[in-house]
Amino acid sequence: MTGGVSVLTRSTGPEVARDLIVGAAAGEPARLDAVEISAWFNGTQVLDDVSLSMPPATVTALIGPSGCGKSTFLRILNRMHESVPGAELAGEVRLNGVDVYTAGSRVTDTRKRIGMVFQKPNPFPAMSIAQNVTAGLELTGKRISKSDRAALIEDCLVRAGLWTEVKDRLDRPGSALSGGQQQRLCIARSLAVGPEVLLMDEPCSALDPTSTRRIEETISELKSEITIVIVTHNMQQAARVSEQTAFFLAEAGQPGAIVEAGTTDQIFNSPVDPRTADYVHGRFG
Amino acid sequence: MAITVPEPSPPRPAPQPRRVEPGLEPSDRWFQAGSTAIGWSVLVITGAVGVFLGVQSVPTLRHYGLNFFTTVEWNPQFDRIGIAAVLLGTVEVAFVAMVVAFPLALGFALFISDYAPRWAKGWLVSAIDLMAAVPSIIYGLWGFYLLKPHAINLSRWLSQHFGWFPLFHVNTDPNAAVWQQSQYTSSAFIAGLAVSMMAIPLACAVMRAVFDQAPIGEREAALALGGTRWGVIRKVVLPFGKGGIIGGSMLALGRALGETAAVAIILSPAYLLSPRILQSGAQTTSALIAGNFGSATRSQLSALLTAGFVLFLITLAVNSTAAFVISRSRSGASTEI
Repeated sequence: MTGGVSVLTRSTGPEVARDLIVGAAAGEPARLDAVEISAWFNGTQVLDDVSLSMPPATVTALIGPSGCGKSTFLRILNRMHESVPGAELAGEVRLNGVDVYTAGSRVTDTRKRIGMVFQKPNPFPAMSIAQNVTAGLELTGKRISKSDRAALIEDCLVRAGLWTEVKDRLDRPGSALSGGQQQRLCIARSLAVGPEVLLMDEPCSALDPTSTRRIEETISELKSEITIVIVTHNMQQAARVSEQTAFFLAEAGQPGAIVEAGTTDQIFNSPVDPRTADYVHGRFG
Repeated sequence: MAITVPEPSPPRPAPQPRRVEPGLEPSDRWFQAGSTAIGWSVLVITGAVGVFLGVQSVPTLRHYGLNFFTTVEWNPQFDRIGIAAVLLGTVEVAFVAMVVAFPLALGFALFISDYAPRWAKGWLVSAIDLMAAVPSIIYGLWGFYLLKPHAINLSRWLSQHFGWFPLFHVNTDPNAAVWQQSQYTSSAFIAGLAVSMMAIPLACAVMRAVFDQAPIGEREAALALGGTRWGVIRKVVLPFGKGGIIGGSMLALGRALGETAAVAIILSPAYLLSPRILQSGAQTTSALIAGNFGSATRSQLSALLTAGFVLFLITLAVNSTAAFVISRSRSGASTEI
């Protein structure tokens, strides 16, 4: 009797020389510095004096219990925070040294350079898989020739680890994919705009373990070319994918703040603050 | 080496579904019976109206046959009666109303859902609802006394510059120094403008309700890609709200086709097969009925009811199509109209 021998193959699809691609602004990974960030919703402070440096081409994990402000912090980084009515903030977010909140800087430029993947996969349901990938170009008014467009779609889907699964059905609706595939489609859609930083807000919390592993592989493959900041509730995930980790905590009635930040190894194996140790060892949260 | 063959197990009896009682409480039963009766009575009443109109139409249709639909004039004295002119007039007034109402309703709905500051949103929604609550006779008076003296200038301008187009032609010299204002005063165009005031709130309310439901996840996705608010509208709100836009417009069209009081005040009755919407004189089906049923003989009444029956069928078709379009669309599944 032959047992089930599973052959694990990882096909990355045809390699596309990224340098040749026009339109896909092959952004260099950027450095992101949050300086003394505080945030409020309708007058209630939710973040207090948070500073964090996110070096280029690294993965930074933000961990902490629910309601500690890590998602708010993430949304401040690409100016999505201000789209919520009643939201305010203080401090600076420096992208390669330049504050993205400087008067006169365009919010759309910031968001083009700092992409975002959300907790719930949100492909545009009325668009095909291919149209979803290039949706950002149309939204930002970037023109692209037909052949470049095809190359860009393939490149982004390859980098998001979705190409081999969808290459034969690029004109099928994006909403027909599984949850994990939709999330990778959303990653491909973000990459098409050519961001220098990619923010991920609990990208795997709605996914099964296999899909989660695929996303984590994608993150590992992407991190050499893009700076990644990921919010996660999954300790193992933070330990697996990130190089540095920041632990957020909101004490009862207090706004959220960073308790401790450092290399992932240090946070998980030799934390300085006892609250960090308690959290990463699952004693609360 | 002995090989043991496993005994075949006895065949399992096929499963039979068991009866499950819905288990309604007595109070639930009473409420269910009551609401079922009321729900059906609405259908029965609507059906009864249709059947009544249909039965009343039989003598007229017997007498005039298909000529009833092709005869232009409405001359009971000479036994020449038809609805060709009033059907055209109905369509003309509704057309003008929708051409004006659609962009205004769409723009206003988008403004409320996507641009208006939060504090103003509630007020704007109330204002639109209030617009829907104003009686149509008020819009008629507004159109007659306030709108008409100004709108005739627009009518004249249109006929001056676009008079080569049959729709905007007027049988008088628009460039005359002393222009004949009376040629413009009681036109389908001006009646349509007044009716559009009634069509706007209906269309706008449905569109706004649908736009508000555009998923926040997709809106944020578009913003996070570097999209502008207009980009969000183009890529998320409008594709999502397509069903509401079509459905709301058709509901408004149903209203525009049937509007009576405002039209009867503004239009001066004329039975013509004329495409000239700017020219004084036209007639719609509902205004025909309102203007004639008081002095009608028995046979004339039957003819008026037949005209009403045709209007009933047209609006029924328009509204049913609207309901169908809305319920089929992604946004409409959860939208009440």
